[in-house]
Amino acid sequence: MNYSWNWSILIQPPYLGWLASGLELTLVISISAWILALIAGTLVGVVGTLPHRIPRMLAATYVDMFRNIPLLLQLFLWFFVVPELLPSRWGFWLKRDLPFPELWTSMLALGLFTSARVAVQVGSGITAVSSGQRMAAVASGMSPAQTYRLVLLPQAFRIVLPPLTSDFLTVFKNSALALTIGVFELTAQSRQIESFTFQGFEAFTAATIVYLVIALLVTFFMRTLERRVALPDTMGAAS
Amino acid sequence: MTKAHIQASRTPAEIVEMPASARVVPISQGRKPMVEISKLYKSYGPIEVLKGCDLVVERGEVVVICGPSGSGKSTLIKCVNGLERFDRGALAVDGVAVGDRASDMTSLRARIGMVFQHFELYPHLTVLQNICLAQVHVLKRSKVEAQAKARALLARVGLPDKEGAYPAQLSGGQQQRVAIARALAMDPVAMLFDEPTSALDPEMIGEVLAVMLELARDGMTMIVVTHEMGFARKAADRVVFMDKGAIVETASTQQFFDEPRAERAKLFLSRILSQ
Ligand SMILES: Nc1ncnc2c1ncn2[C@@H]1O[C@H](COP(=O)(O)OP(=O)(O)OP(=O)(O)O)[C@@H](O)[C@H]1O
Ligand SMILES: [Mg+2]
Repeated sequence: MNYSWNWSILIQPPYLGWLASGLELTLVISISAWILALIAGTLVGVVGTLPHRIPRMLAATYVDMFRNIPLLLQLFLWFFVVPELLPSRWGFWLKRDLPFPELWTSMLALGLFTSARVAVQVGSGITAVSSGQRMAAVASGMSPAQTYRLVLLPQAFRIVLPPLTSDFLTVFKNSALALTIGVFELTAQSRQIESFTFQGFEAFTAATIVYLVIALLVTFFMRTLERRVALPDTMGAAS
Repeated sequence: MTKAHIQASRTPAEIVEMPASARVVPISQGRKPMVEISKLYKSYGPIEVLKGCDLVVERGEVVVICGPSGSGKSTLIKCVNGLERFDRGALAVDGVAVGDRASDMTSLRARIGMVFQHFELYPHLTVLQNICLAQVHVLKRSKVEAQAKARALLARVGLPDKEGAYPAQLSGGQQQRVAIARALAMDPVAMLFDEPTSALDPEMIGEVLAVMLELARDGMTMIVVTHEMGFARKAADRVVFMDKGAIVETASTQQFFDEPRAERAKLFLSRILSQ
């Protein structure tokens, strides 16, 4: 192999700028998708544990749909198919007037895909809280919404924080798929550097390291959060 | 004063013999009884667990419910605050029809305190927060007011120094006393207890019963599912014996212990008391 290494291209303009803007898009897409996933996933997770059968079935259908269709296909569906299915005025707006349609689409698709996973975690967390807790809350006059907000969810989230960490990490990895609909996020930028400079090893190594650093930071953040909300749970801690 | 008054005013036998409507309990002053249960039926699937229960609890009265496991005691008291639905019959608490769509169950539940076998304190909140939660969010009291109430009640149940502790840091007896304080913080008109001491180590039962006894002496209307016959003797006005989903005996406390009429109650008593 006759490869001439040139690590310095990574800090040369415009390539450093490309990497930086790729990182920025990766972060923007991933974090917005995660926030959407947390909100939608918590709602669906809650609906899945309601005492009535019909909302439970709706929640199960939502989860099955968004979890079992491959993410890549979901991206394509939202980007190419949904605008055609909408009433033509909305479709035109999506295709012509909405700025950065590929960016919004990837946030939405990744967010909803991830929300199905969050819903499963939150649902299992709620189920793990003893039924007596719900009974105590209801007996004190709390509404169903108060029961979830004040009693069930705070306990459920503590239970599922560790598995949620892995879903959070997966969002950053999955965000690379956004390049298939033309988002110049981190992976796409490193490919572009490769095709301009033929220094593929350097470009992809840089991207790899950036993903690793993100993963380490997210893990650290979640562990800190876990520790901050942990409850003292032994008799020994009393004194 | 009220308790002594009730017991002195007529013999136990009279209370049993008189129809509920004819009773004139001084504290109620002609108002409706606190709890009126009539012909209550409930099934879980094919299994009928309540088979036409009738029970009237007057204001200020303490009723102990006992009976073998699976006889429907928990189901009956959960029906009282609407935690369980019933299939047929009528149930009114403080004049509000339970199970009626038009009734405001949320505000009724806020006025009925409930204490569970396994305490059910909220593990993610401190003792003080546990006692304040429903006060603030259901009764819309200010935080300051709720905390003042909570501290006063903690002193009353003998735990003035535990407000910052989490439930897991307390013994079972302490947790149950906090749970009682949490229920009392809502200024309930009646209190329901479902085997409040049966999950406790023997040495902690006394401290919880002492709090309940004081509550009974203060005139609280109480329905207590328990097998603590010592408590029944000291605190109860009446004892109700349930078996297989039916109330097979209702008697004044004295009569229940001295001359139980139902055969099954006799057998049950002899077993419980010989332990
Ligand atoms: N959620 C439920 N689903 C089905 N059956 C139930 C349910 N809850 C209670 N049962 C049944 O109803 C009957 C009465 O139960 P309940 O808990 O009221 O009895 P109990 O007198 O409180 O007994 P224990 O002394 O064991 O607490 C039992 O046979 C029980 O198995
Ligand atoms: Mg029971």
